Parts: sequence; structure tokens; C-alpha cells
Amino acid sequence: MGGYILKRLVSAIPVLFGITVIVFLIMAMIPGDPALAILGSYATPENVEKLNRDLGLDQPLVARYFIWLGNMLTGDFGRSFSLNRPVIDEVLDRFSATLILAGTSLVLCAIFGIAAGVVSAARQYGFADKAITFAVLLGISIPSFFLGMMMILLFAVRWKMLPVSGMYAIYGGGDLPDLLNHLIMPALALAVVATGVVARLSRSAMLEVLRQDFVRTARAKGVPEGRVVWGHALRAAMVTIIPVLGVQAGFVLSGAVYIEMVFQWPGVGRMLVDAILKRDILLVQGGVVFVAACYVLFNIAVDVAQSVLDPRIKT
Amino acid sequence: MSFFKLLIRNRLAFAGLIVMGLVLALVIATPILPLYEPNVTDTANRFLKPFEGGHILGTDHLGRDLLSRLLWGTQLSLAVGISAAVFAAFFGAAIGIVAGYFGGTTDNVIMRGVDMLMAFPYILLALAIVAALGPGLVNALIAVAAVNIPFFARNIRGVTVGIAHKEFVDAARLAGESHLKIILTEIVPNVIPVIVIAMSTTIGWMILETAGLSFLGLGSQPPQADLGSMLGEARSALITNPHTSVVPGVMILIIVMAINLLGDGVRDALDPRLRSGALTRPRPATLVEREGPVPAPVESGTLVLTDLQTQFRVGERVYKAVSHVSLHVAPGECLGVIGESGSGKSVTALSIMGLVASPPGVIVGGSAIYDGTELIGAPYSKLRSYRGDKVAYIFQDPLATLHPLYTVGDQLCEAIRVHHSVSKAEAWTRAVELLKQVRIPNAEGRAKVYPHEMSGGMRQRVGIAMALANDPDVIIADEPTTALDVTVQAQILALLNDLRRERGLSIIFITHDFGVVAQLCDRVAVMYAGRIVETGPTQEVLDDAAHPYTRRLIACVPELGEGRRELHAIPGLPPAVDRLPAGCAFAPRCDKAQTLCQVGVIELEGGASRKVRCLYPETDIAGMAKPVAQVPELKKGAGA
Repeated sequence: MGGYILKRLVSAIPVLFGITVIVFLIMAMIPGDPALAILGSYATPENVEKLNRDLGLDQPLVARYFIWLGNMLTGDFGRSFSLNRPVIDEVLDRFSATLILAGTSLVLCAIFGIAAGVVSAARQYGFADKAITFAVLLGISIPSFFLGMMMILLFAVRWKMLPVSGMYAIYGGGDLPDLLNHLIMPALALAVVATGVVARLSRSAMLEVLRQDFVRTARAKGVPEGRVVWGHALRAAMVTIIPVLGVQAGFVLSGAVYIEMVFQWPGVGRMLVDAILKRDILLVQGGVVFVAACYVLFNIAVDVAQSVLDPRIKT
Repeated sequence: MSFFKLLIRNRLAFAGLIVMGLVLALVIATPILPLYEPNVTDTANRFLKPFEGGHILGTDHLGRDLLSRLLWGTQLSLAVGISAAVFAAFFGAAIGIVAGYFGGTTDNVIMRGVDMLMAFPYILLALAIVAALGPGLVNALIAVAAVNIPFFARNIRGVTVGIAHKEFVDAARLAGESHLKIILTEIVPNVIPVIVIAMSTTIGWMILETAGLSFLGLGSQPPQADLGSMLGEARSALITNPHTSVVPGVMILIIVMAINLLGDGVRDALDPRLRSGALTRPRPATLVEREGPVPAPVESGTLVLTDLQTQFRVGERVYKAVSHVSLHVAPGECLGVIGESGSGKSVTALSIMGLVASPPGVIVGGSAIYDGTELIGAPYSKLRSYRGDKVAYIFQDPLATLHPLYTVGDQLCEAIRVHHSVSKAEAWTRAVELLKQVRIPNAEGRAKVYPHEMSGGMRQRVGIAMALANDPDVIIADEPTTALDVTVQAQILALLNDLRRERGLSIIFITHDFGVVAQLCDRVAVMYAGRIVETGPTQEVLDDAAHPYTRRLIACVPELGEGRRELHAIPGLPPAVDRLPAGCAFAPRCDKAQTLCQVGVIELEGGASRKVRCLYPETDIAGMAKPVAQVPELKKGAGA
């Protein structure tokens, strides 16, 4: 197992490398003087010249890339001009908030999505199946930001059950119950789309598995139907569902950007949008590379989980 | 059925089509509708509620007419979303086709790049692109299209690889046509359905994404507004004036939902695998819909089948897989059921315990009595308590029939524990004991491995051990040795034979091989096209088969030491059981067939032990009525 994890980590190196190249190339599309773009139009000529030297912006493209890469490898993602703070510090702060939000949503979408998919498949064409199929359709069609706004209207404004926005109460908050209280709405709103997708794919994975011969064998043994569906069939379907969860993690991270805006969640998505509007290029660049790298590592974890789940995978 | 018929028949897709048609009609008519100017502000009349001051949907925070802005915004959102989809599809398809068509290094390099792009959570890429190009609707469009290119490229490449080496492409290449021409004339027409499916399933999503970027303030810039930026601007007044948010939000929901419904319909109509509704899950027990009364059993035994009828219903067609089959087996007896594939022998076996996949299988009549209890139509709980405990199955191909992700020992334990409340440890001890009984070496160690780590013969032994787990009275073995080589087959047969002698088991043994029947079975029933055509003690049938079909089957078995005997394959194919001919189903392949053979119903006749369903049997059978018509105009009157 240890060897397998190591092997997967090594195989991620070119992908991580590729991510930096792609981000670098996209940022190289910025028209005009990159130093001016980074520092903003009110930068003094001295500052522009200093930045040009620091980042090697006067050098050819390839050299600039390696300077940038080398800096990042030593933990230097540059300095955000809009926040006047090292990019990496800001990204780490913000990313932890995003992790809490996206992680909760991912767990929610896995639990509800798989459960809905299994029930739907086991009761194919029945009432539960139809109801779930409709709910799923609604879930994947509603924009998460609109759903979040409607939830605020209902649960926070009309029924006053939950706080409108933010991560902690401004006065007297900061503990876990306070966090959970603030987390419920954004996590649910963010989970809805992914739940729909997971439910859909779980349903079709289950339908595929329920037709297999080993399910008939389980029934022929006299295994009760509940165990046939939730044990034998789901266990086999998980092999298809787990990679879907890996992909959904990307969607949840993406959706988090909208949800963080709607609920004023201090996450990395909101940071990126603010940075783009303020033209804080280094912050965008550093944030994108950091989050993408974390996503790659997460997918390795998914692969490892997959190999634990499926003994047929050679590790 | 044509694509459009299929699409229209799908009610949900049709609803999506109608909604989308209405939205499009509205959007196209927007410039000529008597609307307020969308961008004229009137701060005195801001936040008017719907129907106030002549504004049907009210006004926004700058007093602009919401209905007008909604329709113009919808137009913009649709235009941007659809353009993004078209760009993504075009460039993605181009990249995918080039990679798939040229293969080799080109493919490798391109697909590596695509994989890299797919390693990003898509919005990061979109944000990076918008950050570089600057906020704006066109840049948002570029970003959304760009992040979707890899998805199209990967899908289209997969299909292209499949086509690039087909004969017609090779032929075009040999004819010296240019790559471009081959791609345009041979490849593109074949990948278009895939592009359409991919587009129809992602277009709604791209509309959502462009709206999302606008919502974040990175897309359309004021005063121009699409649905996303309308929602974004309304957000600050969400609590005081929710209608300004609800209006554009509901519109996005309606559009995306309609497109998704339509997209699903398009996919279902174009994807042949989904057309016949192939993906249905079998119920816990086969459906029973009797078309007549329960027949009274004539024979006696541990398990008695009388007039069993099982059908498969696929669309309008009815396949009569099992027609009026009666079988019985006594304690310690082994009954062979033999026939070609498709003769209905497996379906007969599976019907007993309600294990025929349903849909499409339906048991329409007959009786199966085990120990005085009727199994056909018995409640599921009854059936379940008997399955594996009283009547157990051994299936063919244990690689597919054993659960791939549970260890062999766990699967055995489960078989025991669903019927007996014993501890896991006790069950495990018994499982190891069972493995020893079926002569698996190193049973303790073998219990901990997964089915894929065993050889075919070992897996089959596990299947047998599982059937024996609860000491059943009847074992139904469905071709348990077909996938095995001859020596292993002999061992397994010997094992089953010992077990039935030691335990007084009744065995129903299903096979297509008379050689196996000769070794193991006391009696044999020969099935053809869902009916029993001959039955009797194995030796008698082997020595002197009465039905021409039985003779042919026996002739198929090569015998050692018989010199150069040729293998007699039976010419022709068994009839399709959805349109069985009148009379004898074998008649079209039988060289003894007469005109009478193809008329009416031919009964299974004979004495208590031997019966045959033939007007002109190869040998005399006691108790058989003489054929009705030994009439002179039938020239080839032979046999009886």
C-alpha cells in the first residue's frame, strides 16, 4: 500500500508541473506591461522596476517561468499588493475556510446522493424513483447562487432559524456550534448540485450492478433484499461511484466560489473573485496554483481509497 | 424508430422542447414587443412590485422595467451560453478528431495536455482566464468555452479512435485521399451524434456557468445585463425586495431545466443502449401473472414441477422460454435436463425459486411444489427463507456469479448466517469445513482470498460449497462444469455424485452435454424450444432414444475408442421462441418430418417413466397412442 501511494505521488509530479505551466501561460496572455498589471496603474516607476527585477519580468518567457517556479517551490508565492501581505499566508487562511465548506458539502453529497441513487435504482419506475428523479433534475438545474439566496430569504429572513451570512458571529461567536450554525445553509446549498449528479450516476451504477450474476447468486443464497441492495450491489457499485466523488470534489470546489460570494464565506473563492476585480494578479496566480495542486493530491487520495475498495486493482 | 419520434414520445423531453420553444419565441420577439427600454433608469419608481405602475414584473433598484430587462437578459444569456457550447464543441471536436485520427505521438501529446487541463477544478481555469483577459462578457464566454474544450476533446477522441481503423477509413486512405478529406467525409459524419449528445448534455450547464461568472461581476458589465448579472445586482436588495432576485433566478432555472430535459431526451434517443430500456433491474423475485388455475401435480417427489410456463416480455414481443414443463426429482435422485442453449433449461431451473430476471421474465402458469409448499407465487419472504436453505443453486461461470469484492470465506459465511443465527467465528469454521469437503487444498488460507485470485476449478468448488452450506434437500446445478477443462469437470462430477449418495440430495443437473448426463444422472429430460421432448431413465434414453432430436444430441458426444467417428452437428438453428411454429418445433430441422408434424399440438406421451413428444418416434414406447394418420398419401411414413 505504501508503495502504491508513493507511486501515485510520483505520477502526480508531471501533472503538478503541467498545472504551473498552464497557469503561467494563461497569465502570460495579460496584455501590456505585466508589472503594471500586477502593481496596478498607480504604481511608482521605482516599484515597477523593482518588481520587474524580482520576478525577472524583463527576462524571456522560459526563464521567467523557472524563476516563478523556483520561488513557489521555496514557498514564495509573491506579495499581494491589494492586501499588502504574502500571497501564501492569505491563501492558506482562506483555503482552510473553503475546506470546511467544501468538505462538508462533499460528505453531504456523498451520503444523500448515494442513498438517493440506491433507493431510486432499487425502486426503478416506482414512486420513490420518480420523485427522486424529479428532485435530481431540479437540483442540477437550479443555479447554486440562486438557491443560496432563496435559502437566506426563507431560513434566515423569514423564519430566522439561521444566520444570514459569514462564518462566525461577530460578537460572542467563534466556537464550534457557532461555526456549524453558520455552515448549514452554505454547505447545503453547495451540496445540492453535486448530490443530484451523484444520485444520477449512483442510480445508473446500481442498475448496472443489480443485473449482474453475483446479485442473482446472493438472492439464490437467500440473502434478504435489503442486504442484496445495500450490501452486495452497493459494494460493487461503489467501485464506479468513488471516482465520481473525486470528480464531484472539483465541482464542489468550483461551486464554492458562488456560495462564498452569496454567504460572505471567507474562503479562497471569494478571495479570487476580489483579487480579479482588483487586478491583484499574483494573488490570483498563487491561489489558482495552490488550490489546483490540492485538488490533484485529493484525487490521489481517491485513487488510494479506490484501491482499498477494489482488491482487483494491482497495488 | 426515428430520432424525432423517439424524442417526442419521451414526455419529459417533449415538455422541455415546448418550454424551450416558448422561451426562444419570446426572446426572438423581444425587439418587437411593446416593452419599456431595458436600460432607462427612473429612480423615482425604483423597486416597484409586480403590476405596479404598469410594470408587469415591477422595477429594479434603478427603476428599470424588470420584464424588459428579463427578456433582453435571457436573449443575452442564451446567446452567450449557446455560443460557448458551439465554440467548445467545435474546438474540442477538432482536437479530439486530430488526436484520435493520427494517434501515436500526436495523440499522446494532445491528450496529456487535455488531462492537465482536466486536473483543474474548472472554475479555477475560468477565473485564471478572466483574470488575464479582464472581466467582460466576451472574456467570460471565452473562459467557459475554454474550460469545456477538454471534455469534448476526450469524448470525441474516444469515438474517433474507434472509427479511425475501420475498413472504410482504411479504404479511403489506400485510395490516396488526403487526411483532411478523410476526416471531413468519413470521420466527422460518424462523430456528429456524439458531439450532439455531448452538447445537449452540457449546454444547460454552460448557460449556468456564464450566468455564474456574470453573477460574480466578471461577465457582462453594466448597463448591459444578462440573467446572471441581473441576479448579482439584485443580491444587495435580496432582503428588502426579493422579487428583483426571484425574477431572473427563476428564469435561469426554467431555461436550464428545459434544456436538461431536452438533453436527456436527445441522449436517450441517440444512445442505442438506452433505447430498448435495457437498463432495468431485476426484482427480488420473478413476477408471477397466472393466466389459468394452478395445475394439480401428477408426480411425487422432493420437488415437483407441473406445467411450468415462463415468458420473456420485451416490448410487444413474447418469448415463450418455458412451455408447460413438468419435472420431478426424488430424494437421492439426479435428474438431468439437457438441451441446446436457448432451449429453456436454465429458465426452467431459475423459475423454481423466482430467480428469472424480471423484467422481462414473467411466470404465467404452472406449479412448483417443494415439500408440500407451492413456490410459484409464494410470498417473497417464504421464497427467501427456502432459497439456499432448502433449494440451492450452483451456477455456471463462478467468476461472474461470485461477488468479486468479498472474500470466498465471507461469501460462504453469509450463506450460512442468512439462515442460521450463528456467530461469525462459528460460521467461519463451518465455511472452512465446507471448503475442505469440496476438496480445496489449504482451505484455511483459501477462505481469505478473493474469487479472482482462484482458478476456474477452485471457484466452481466454492460455488458448490456455497450450495452445500445449509445442507439443502435439492441442488439445482446450472451447467456447473461447462467452463472447466475435462479433468476438473470429472472431479467436480465425482464430487457431486458422492455428495448426493452421502446426503441423499436431490440434484437437478442442467447441461448441454450427454456425456455428463451419462456419468451422473438417473433420469434425463430433453428440452427443445422451451418444451420437454423426451424423458426417461438415462440408460434407456441413451441406448434407444425415441425423439430424433435426442438421437442427434447423443450423436454429438464423441466417444473414445470408437475409431474415427465424425461429430454430428445438428444443421439449422433452434426456432425463436417468440414465433414458434405449429406442431413440433424441431420439425424444420428433422429429416423425418412429415406434413402432420407441423400441425396442431403434439403431446408428450408414453408410460410412467418414458415419454416422448413425437408422432414418428425412433423407437416404440409403451403407452403411446399410434399416430393418428398413417395415411397412404404421406409417402415417407416411417418409424411408428
